[in-house]
Amino acid sequence: MGRIVLEKVSKSFGDVEVIPPLDLEINDGEFVVFVGPSGCGKSTLLRLIAGLEDVSGGRILIDDQDATAVPPAKRGLAMVFQSYALYPHMTVRKNIAFPLRMAGLDKAEQDRRVEQAAEVLNLTDYLDRRPGQLSGGQRQRVAIGRAIVREPAAFLFDEPLSNLDAALRVGMRLEISELHNRLGTTMIYVTHDQVEAMTMADKIVVLQAGVIEQVGSPLELYRAPRNKFVAGFIGSPKMNFIEGPEAEKHGAHTIGVRPEHIAASPSEGLWKGTVGVSEHLGSDTFFHVHVDGFAEPMTVRAGGEVGLRHGDTIHLTPEEDKIHRFDAAGLRIA
Amino acid sequence: MARTVTTPRKLINTAFAWAVGLLIFFPILWTILTSFKTEAQAIASPPIFLNFDWTLENYAVVQERSNYTRFLWNSIIIAGGSTLLGVIVAVPAAWAMAFVPSARTKDILLWMLSTKMLPAVGVLYPIYLLFIQLGLLDSRAGLVVVLMLINLPIIVWMLYTYFREIPGDILEAARMDGATLKEEILYILTPMAVPGIASTVLLNFILAWNEAFWTLNLTAVDAAPLTAFIASYSSPEGLFFAKLSAASTMAIAPILILGWFSQKQLVRGLTFGAVK
Repeated sequence: MGRIVLEKVSKSFGDVEVIPPLDLEINDGEFVVFVGPSGCGKSTLLRLIAGLEDVSGGRILIDDQDATAVPPAKRGLAMVFQSYALYPHMTVRKNIAFPLRMAGLDKAEQDRRVEQAAEVLNLTDYLDRRPGQLSGGQRQRVAIGRAIVREPAAFLFDEPLSNLDAALRVGMRLEISELHNRLGTTMIYVTHDQVEAMTMADKIVVLQAGVIEQVGSPLELYRAPRNKFVAGFIGSPKMNFIEGPEAEKHGAHTIGVRPEHIAASPSEGLWKGTVGVSEHLGSDTFFHVHVDGFAEPMTVRAGGEVGLRHGDTIHLTPEEDKIHRFDAAGLRIA
Repeated sequence: MARTVTTPRKLINTAFAWAVGLLIFFPILWTILTSFKTEAQAIASPPIFLNFDWTLENYAVVQERSNYTRFLWNSIIIAGGSTLLGVIVAVPAAWAMAFVPSARTKDILLWMLSTKMLPAVGVLYPIYLLFIQLGLLDSRAGLVVVLMLINLPIIVWMLYTYFREIPGDILEAARMDGATLKEEILYILTPMAVPGIASTVLLNFILAWNEAFWTLNLTAVDAAPLTAFIASYSSPEGLFFAKLSAASTMAIAPILILGWFSQKQLVRGLTFGAVK
């Protein structure tokens, strides 16, 4: 079981309130991602759930038990840190066995579980090495191994992939998702990378300045962002925002169109502009277009083989039913 | 681009480094050489460097005249005892300052260090009176306590710096893994801090061993360590350089040998906090 409920949980450091009271429900077996820019309080929220920080107000329930005053070790949660936080003086075997040793399991059971975890994570050949002799990806797997042997109620991941290079990150992302499918255990995952959030999550919690901006499945957030912040944060490249007369035509203060929802043509279209920078990714091309009368350049996604160059004239047409409308406060207009 | 150093430049640098090293080592070398001369050769003018009649006579006389082993034993007890006691007091103190700092922690650390700027002689009189009152004069226990207090700021500072280098994540991971405070300290912190604790112990043992001001002023016979042993050869019959040198050589030999074998730890201790 691993159902976690936050009720009016808040956190202040001195006079600074980093998390105003918030409510959140995480269901058993869910993969929940906390995402937001640096300093939005996502890591603090995770540490509150872990018990590494004390809440300033509210309650944390784990499987319907009040865990607010329970020390971290007794919450039945396992955490994987950004820095891996392996014990440098212990071998991989001892690192993974450490939580079992602390729980007082007998040696045979410890060995059995360590071997099992090592097999799942492809670490069998490295069990007698020290963390210093491993690569970044291997260290991260050891950290995950140390978490899974405990068979916790939930896993907490604090930006676990940000120290890895891009290729490894994609690989580990898949491994963690597979692990979640296999174990079916609740996972809470903190990241600033919206791609990680979109690809891994059952449910995304978007945070800004300690406030939950929106909770929903990746596609809900993509299709119906509750406000401009979520609209801009979810999706890559970022949504284009247009203010002024063009927005007023749609009865909104601001309208938003995603780069993939704009058709580009050299000859005809709704908006006329000039191509600035083009980014060729092979499968796609992203054009940065200076549209006449718009304050900000727009980003447009086109096919990989579109032959437009810097300085060429381009005509853009947004898909009418994919235009997002926002009021002056930045909230979505339904 | 890395700085290129030409070969002649390297040679000059090396020669210069050796020159400085020899300059620093020369007094010790001269003391050791003098200890093998006769008294007449020791004060010969111009001084004789190597071509003298090597003799062990001075060592024999020194050994005959005073009980070297007793002084040595006192030095070991006083330096070892004060270091051990200091570490026992400093570990929890440094722990608290490194891991649960308060708003005043930095001030406390600086204040502790500032006591090292105080001239020792400024508190000699009150401490001397206290020692008389408490019956600690010329006792090893008294010296252990005084030397521990003298070196405590350095021990706390060094340990504090080492503990600060241990990443907080690792301690939190241990906490998440179910370790109690005791287990966290025993299985994670202490093993990780062992190199730091070792250099701290070593450096403070050497400092306590070499300490002369308090050991000379607060001892007479029973608790006198090797510093007093050396001093006893500068008086009262006048200066006997060869014998004084022999006594000095005997007094510094143990600590020189210890230092030689633990150079790596010492260098780490002396540059503490400078490099990670």
